[in-house]
Amino acid sequence: MRYLPLTHEDRQQMLSVIGAESVEDLFRDVPADALLSDPVALPGTQGEMAVEQAFRAFAAGNVSPSSAPSFLGGGAYRHHIPATVDHLIQRGEFLTAYTPYQPEVAQGTLQYLFEFQTQVALLTGMDVANASMYDGATSCAEAVMMATRTRKRRRVVISGGLHPHYRETSVTYGKYTDLDIHALPADWQDSEDAGAAIDGETACVVVQYPDFFGRVRDYTALADACHAAGALLVVVVTEVVSLGLLKPPGEMGADIVAGEGQSLGNAASFGGPTVGLMAVRGSFLRQMPGRLAGQTVDVDGRRGFVLTLSTREQHIRREKATSNICTNSGLCALAFTIHLTLLGEQGLVRLAELNHANAVELADRLAAVPGVDVLNDTFFNELTVRLPKPAAGVVDAMAERGVLGGIPVSRLYPDNPDLRNLLLVAATELNSSDDMDALVATLTEALS
Amino acid sequence: MMDRAMMDREGTFTGNRGLEKEEPLIFEQGSPGKTAVDLPEPPASKNRLGGLERRAPIGLPGLSEPEVVRHYLRLSQKNYGIDTGFYPLGSCTMKHNPRINEKVARLPGLGDLHPLQPVSTVQGALELIDTCAHWLKVLTGMPAVTMNPAAGAHGELVGLMTIRAALEDRGDARKRVLVPESAHGTNPATAAMCGYAVQSIPADDRGRVDLAILRERLDSDVAAVMVTNPNTCGLFENDVQEIAKATHEAGAFFYCDGANFNALVGRVRPGDLGIDCMHLNLHKTFSTPHGGGGPGSGPVVLSEALAPYAPVPYVVHGPDGATLVEKPDDSDGKPFGRIKGFHGQFGMFVRALSYMMSLGSDGLRDVSGDAVLSANYILARLQDTFRVPFPAPCMHEVLFSDRTLKGTGVTTLDMAKALLDEGFHPMTVYFPLVVNGAMLVEPTETESKESIDSFVDTMKHLAERAAAGDVKFFHDSPYLTPRRRLDETTAARNPILRWHPPSLDHAAE
Repeated sequence: MRYLPLTHEDRQQMLSVIGAESVEDLFRDVPADALLSDPVALPGTQGEMAVEQAFRAFAAGNVSPSSAPSFLGGGAYRHHIPATVDHLIQRGEFLTAYTPYQPEVAQGTLQYLFEFQTQVALLTGMDVANASMYDGATSCAEAVMMATRTRKRRRVVISGGLHPHYRETSVTYGKYTDLDIHALPADWQDSEDAGAAIDGETACVVVQYPDFFGRVRDYTALADACHAAGALLVVVVTEVVSLGLLKPPGEMGADIVAGEGQSLGNAASFGGPTVGLMAVRGSFLRQMPGRLAGQTVDVDGRRGFVLTLSTREQHIRREKATSNICTNSGLCALAFTIHLTLLGEQGLVRLAELNHANAVELADRLAAVPGVDVLNDTFFNELTVRLPKPAAGVVDAMAERGVLGGIPVSRLYPDNPDLRNLLLVAATELNSSDDMDALVATLTEALS
Repeated sequence: MMDRAMMDREGTFTGNRGLEKEEPLIFEQGSPGKTAVDLPEPPASKNRLGGLERRAPIGLPGLSEPEVVRHYLRLSQKNYGIDTGFYPLGSCTMKHNPRINEKVARLPGLGDLHPLQPVSTVQGALELIDTCAHWLKVLTGMPAVTMNPAAGAHGELVGLMTIRAALEDRGDARKRVLVPESAHGTNPATAAMCGYAVQSIPADDRGRVDLAILRERLDSDVAAVMVTNPNTCGLFENDVQEIAKATHEAGAFFYCDGANFNALVGRVRPGDLGIDCMHLNLHKTFSTPHGGGGPGSGPVVLSEALAPYAPVPYVVHGPDGATLVEKPDDSDGKPFGRIKGFHGQFGMFVRALSYMMSLGSDGLRDVSGDAVLSANYILARLQDTFRVPFPAPCMHEVLFSDRTLKGTGVTTLDMAKALLDEGFHPMTVYFPLVVNGAMLVEPTETESKESIDSFVDTMKHLAERAAAGDVKFFHDSPYLTPRRRLDETTAARNPILRWHPPSLDHAAE
């Protein structure tokens, strides 16, 4: 087998040095009745050609968004990834290294994490960022845990503009640590007053920017209301490209920013793996979960980087750690940071402008379709429209005509009949006018 | 004429050492006007941002494409990976990462799928998840699996939440989780995140869970016993079936940490040992890349009793093909909730399945066989040089203590640093905590005999050098790495966690 270097002769020699008769001898601590004498009932070894063909067959069973007009967002966005990103992250020294426990031979990983932390802090307008979380939803849940720990309060207010998966993940995390999570109803009509839900027991309010329905809202007043009550404001960002154009959450008074970084450098990959972002005000640094790369010097006085403040972490603090997180999203963070380095200030701003301009065109085109109402006054690259009939059936009908026409809001809110006719649509730099023609045509047809 | 020693002393003008180049931060390079991505001019339109435009520059540097390529290539050259050489980091299973896995994960129709496409357009993906799940269930001998967790520690959390949900459903709230003292730190941290008190179980003199003490502490307040098997001393818990029996008699669940499943794959099914729940690290046993610390993937296999409580989403088969159960209300069971966005680390399922299909049932049996053989071979060759605290055989990794270094002035850490100069990544050091100066060596099945022999010979050589009293040599190691020993104390005391423009005077964050 191509992955196994030991030959039959090697094995015999090694057994004789060990003084064992056979490999099976080495498994003698395993209870005899649990030791299998034959391979399990699964197919046998295959060559690379056969394996590749099998996966091409799996792929053929799907509709690839790269070859169909696609307008899906909802927390995962299709952007153009420069070829350089994928080439560089597959350098074996990046791909096949692990957590930089030996910093003398991991300066590559540590330096890019330091650069990543700086980029995330700059984008969000916060003081410090960590070296990544699993994804946006778990980062949000960890932010909630962190806020309740820091404030020593149990109550959490979750906006009805937060992505339902983020809300559900936070509720799950909070369920077993006795948090009192007050989730506001789906705010599709833009009528929410999250500030009114704050009381003296509230640890934090969680909002999304732009929110799940695509709206861009100013949270400055909400931040003030939080702080007046001794609570923290957690701002979630699921489309990080938006921060190329929008005022950063830090400027609005956010205390913790929890985000999803997939949009930069990472393909949607059916939802995972992606890269969770977390950035905080400096005073919360020691309450932050996850790894941190820090700058220092070596014995020769040269600048270098190490993992630091690990006394927060599980391998030192065990049950008193700030989180159980260990492995995070190193390689996805690398893809993020390379893409953002390629873009630079000018490229990111341009990318964000393109996304927004395409979304403006999309909004105008959809508003002209009979029976379709655009609900958003504001948006970045995603918006919600109301259809004259349930969106799920319309999306299926469009899919049959080869257009991935958006996300029926009911997929994420199946129990709320008010939302049945709502469709969430996103446009990125990859959506051409031709794509929009196809969307408008199939939508018109599906509604007629 | 200048000799090598003089060059080492004086260094170069640039600080570079031939192929090894000094590389500044991206923030110290380029200029704001440059970019490596040429994008079209956006069409003019009235913006709909509601007056929330960014007013100040972000502060990102601008570099051209060749500059970016060089930056990351040079950084990569300061890293040690499995592709570089022997990487026997115990309990991390640093095995070869086949590139076919990377290729298939990027195929159009897999890598680019959106998680919320209509299920009719992702039948191949759902079939792939189901096939990966099937392999994992057969290999572990367990009836169910949840594919959602994002990494091993996340899998532990999901496992314990499943257990808690099952206990609460039978009106049997319990308060404690028993964890052996040799466990990974994630085990007690996870139990605490799930709202449990943690009670430690000591190891006996064989390096195994002390069964008598475990039995003593098992009462009607214990929710679960978490055991890593093989344990972090590299030993098979030979009382595992008794542990399972005692745990079940106390009405508790038996959680197995599957971080070390590489020792068992294809030969032992944890389901035959009486476990209720176990996470698998796809980035360990199933060769998905470690990536400098992730992404991982930590599916959790479950017993019949726990399966109904597994989180959403999961794949089911209906008359119209495969579909996803995404809401607890749509489930036939009693899912405790959702634990991450979307449907798990799909890209990792692709890679792990590609690995499993490549090896097949016969090849996977050879994986555990060769992994255990290689570890025992290292044990046999080094047992006269380093103290082996627990009798052979070991499983896929071998534990040494620092006893033979006592009195030399050379520590386990010094050995690790000296190995760096010799071109090896060190073993795991100072873990587990049950022996002094632990050195945990995990060769994996993807090392050749020549590679293992070279490591063993080097370890013997370094031990002799330590015994000969060459303390200064060790304390100053490493000499030849891109950086030498780094000041971790100052890094923690005065944390600098991001770059700041030089004009601004920033104190510690």
